[in-house]
Amino acid sequence: MGANISHLSGSTFDEVVSGSSEPVLVDFWAEWCGPCKMIAPVLEELATELDGKLKIAKVDIDDSQNAAIAQRFGIMSIPTLIVFKDGQPQKTIVGAKGKAALSADLAEFI
Amino acid sequence: MATPASREVVIIGSGPAGLTAAIYTARANLEPLVFEGEPSSTSDQPGGQLMLTTEVENFPGFPEGVMGPQLMGDMRSQAARFGAELRVERVARVDLSARPFRIWVGDPDAAEPTLTANAVIIATGAQSLMLGLPDEKRLLGYGVSTCATCDGFFFRDRDIAVVGGGDSALEEAMFLTKFARSVTLVHRRDTLRASRIMQDRALQNEKIRFAWNTVVERIVGEQSVEKLVVRDTVTDEVRDLEVTGLFVAIGHQPNTGLFAGQLDMDDVGYLRTEAGSSRTNIPGVFACGDVQDSTYRQAITAAGSGCMAAIDTERYLEALHHGA
Repeated sequence: MGANISHLSGSTFDEVVSGSSEPVLVDFWAEWCGPCKMIAPVLEELATELDGKLKIAKVDIDDSQNAAIAQRFGIMSIPTLIVFKDGQPQKTIVGAKGKAALSADLAEFI
Repeated sequence: MATPASREVVIIGSGPAGLTAAIYTARANLEPLVFEGEPSSTSDQPGGQLMLTTEVENFPGFPEGVMGPQLMGDMRSQAARFGAELRVERVARVDLSARPFRIWVGDPDAAEPTLTANAVIIATGAQSLMLGLPDEKRLLGYGVSTCATCDGFFFRDRDIAVVGGGDSALEEAMFLTKFARSVTLVHRRDTLRASRIMQDRALQNEKIRFAWNTVVERIVGEQSVEKLVVRDTVTDEVRDLEVTGLFVAIGHQPNTGLFAGQLDMDDVGYLRTEAGSSRTNIPGVFACGDVQDSTYRQAITAAGSGCMAAIDTERYLEALHHGA
């Protein structure tokens, strides 16, 4: 389950996001967020389908180690998904969505 | 072209009403198919409004309370255990003009429906109303929120506002005091609609302030909410409310867009059912839960009406197949 999704932390975030040749979709989430849990299976499916084209990673904003990352990108609502290319944020998607809507949002990066 | 799959009963919606209907129809061997809907951050989503709540204190059988998402997860497992098929998909179109009823998922303009059903149970619930202010959508997720449990965390030691005067507004306000420095409840009247116990708790909470007879006129902020401009409905006085978060809990509207022009509705869009039953104006189409209830709107009444819809459906199908 979620073999293609890595969990990022304060120490690994920049390395993974800047060092990736593919765009990286980062899911800012927390355990107590219902809508975050709802989109988790959608992200797992996308991670498998888009393997090689787009990387998917998660940041648990409730982990004190990650507070700085969430703050750096101005996260004020979860789930928030940010697409990074060469380490730079390209697109921010706020709120839970179904697979079709999310795929459409990501189409420009695939 | 292949004939679309055919079902005895299709349930649209997966809150307490839809899942209770699923449990009952599954136990009646009707092999229900439930369209759960698609993930979203409003109440229009799989599992329904309880997915955005924390502790539910008034659902019988849980003396210590139960977390909303937990309760819904358990109802879902219970339905699955008896053979209900659950799909995380949104119904795009229905044609209830003839039986079997036709249901489209995905492309609503496809020539052939995705499947047909002899009976349909509608449990699509209701979704949060927004204020309808110009900057509200732009700042949604940047200080404006419809989900206190999701976003309260980001307002630690901040001053924030909750708009509304019902139980949901007070529950949100109370929950948000765990994080915020202060929570101002902005309410357009001078009395609350909420239950007595919630009112008492809110009035006793030191962190909750009340802005009575007040409406939000404008949300100010470029990147995120910086303040609100509010108006006193009695004096017409306009003032700034210095808050960086705005949680909207002003009520709900029924999710009945799919059925416009097909089923009888009241002025606001709630489906009409025959008194004491779940029957709509079309035989074979039943409605339960908040989509047909503007009065009680509780998890337990939704579950109860879901049971009614399942039993009504069972009897209807029985008569249909055996020509009663």
